[in-house]
Amino acid sequence: MIEWAVITENLPEYAAGLWLTLQLTVLSLVAGLLLAVPLAVLRTAGPLVVSRMVWAYSYFFRGTPMLVQLLLVYYGLGQFEWVQARWAEGNGFWLIFREPYGCALVTFALNTCAYTTEIIAGALRATPHGEIEAAQACGMSRLTVIRRILVPGALRRAIPAYSNEAIFMLHGTAIASTITLVDLTGAARNAYSQHFAPFEAFIFAGLIYMCVTFALVGLFRLAERRWLGHLQPRKAGSVKA
Amino acid sequence: MTQLSVEDLHKRYGDHEVLKGVSLDTEAGDVVSIIGSSGSGKSTFLRCINFLEQPDAGRITVGGEEIRLVPDRNGHLKVADARQLQRLRTRLAMVFQHFNLWAHMTVLENVTEAPVHVLGLTRAEARERAEAYLEKVGIAHFRDSYPAHLSGGQQQRVAIARALAMEPTVLLFDEPTSALDPELVGEVLKVMRGLAEEGRTMVVVTHEMGFAREVSSKVMFLHQGLAEEYGPPSEVFDNTRSERLRQFLSGNLK
Repeated sequence: MIEWAVITENLPEYAAGLWLTLQLTVLSLVAGLLLAVPLAVLRTAGPLVVSRMVWAYSYFFRGTPMLVQLLLVYYGLGQFEWVQARWAEGNGFWLIFREPYGCALVTFALNTCAYTTEIIAGALRATPHGEIEAAQACGMSRLTVIRRILVPGALRRAIPAYSNEAIFMLHGTAIASTITLVDLTGAARNAYSQHFAPFEAFIFAGLIYMCVTFALVGLFRLAERRWLGHLQPRKAGSVKA
Repeated sequence: MTQLSVEDLHKRYGDHEVLKGVSLDTEAGDVVSIIGSSGSGKSTFLRCINFLEQPDAGRITVGGEEIRLVPDRNGHLKVADARQLQRLRTRLAMVFQHFNLWAHMTVLENVTEAPVHVLGLTRAEARERAEAYLEKVGIAHFRDSYPAHLSGGQQQRVAIARALAMEPTVLLFDEPTSALDPELVGEVLKVMRGLAEEGRTMVVVTHEMGFAREVSSKVMFLHQGLAEEYGPPSEVFDNTRSERLRQFLSGNLK
């Protein structure tokens, strides 16, 4: 028998948890994407040393579980006396790492940035060479070619792969609950521990995650329609001959 | 006045010498057709003119201004000043065999892109210019389509409008009809013929012997990296001296 009270009594906490989950997802995705674009350009077109450094960064973040990264940042940094000294000084940047919220946000942003960098770098490499030649032939500088031809084309091609990354991030934020944050998963855990009704507590959280996922999928479908028109079959009657 | 002058151009890939010293001069209004069998170096020659390929030796002068070259570590020539090359490239517009339109931009955006972001025109000026050239190549009603939604002949006409929108001194055509279905070749040749009649200076690498004979003022026959014949079409086609050109033509003119 389903105990509806588990859900109804904890609705405000679920709502607050969802709000935190959305914050972590959106903020880390936005920060990660903004950082990933220049990194992807450096990865594909930068000097060899810089390209290797970007590769090492993305290799580390893609090669280790995000939970391990989060625990490293949250518990690991505080172990260093140098960092403790910065906290004592009240250094604004390092104080971010004393709060679980800051630790989660930075870890998630760096993690998604690593994956997004590789997605965009792949799309950059897939640019037809003729498009670059045409740009050079009309006198564009290297920077203009990157800014006007390479990046806009690659970002569009990257949308389908990136939509998966966004969904993974939404689900990945669930591990924020392991460092005391009460996100959607954290709220479900609390509801479970109050009522000892795990099925109700977690299935409700699962349903909310699913709804947000579908909303994300819908958003990306709109984005594809807006920016990927050139790769879609022509709609009948859209062009008068 | 000499619009484009190429002197003694050499290019090698490893041990294979593709161009063994080819020269070319165009006066305003000249249409030079470069013909030859595949592997004769004609596309490489054209691509060396605007440095899409690096020539190993030679001098290239555009509108009286020579592109400054310096030897690099390996002894190959490289451009001394990237800004000078960019500036001179705006005077040498190129039309490619495979059109090379920018896939994520509409037809109109393809034609306004370089005028805005290279020449520094305002959007309104570039748009006005683009509309005029799209009209000229007969494709203005497709202004909001994407290249992938057009036929090859239509895409190539957009590419020609894109080249014209730079208002260059010389138009370079790299086998502009070779990737087209036979029934689409005519529409592109018609546009090119119109441009020649307007007095535009053009250098055309082509397999279309009819175009070379009727439209060009000079024809160059490249064979194994050398200009075997170079002169007015009447001379090259009707008083053929080179045995190789005779063989080439008998294979091409059926």
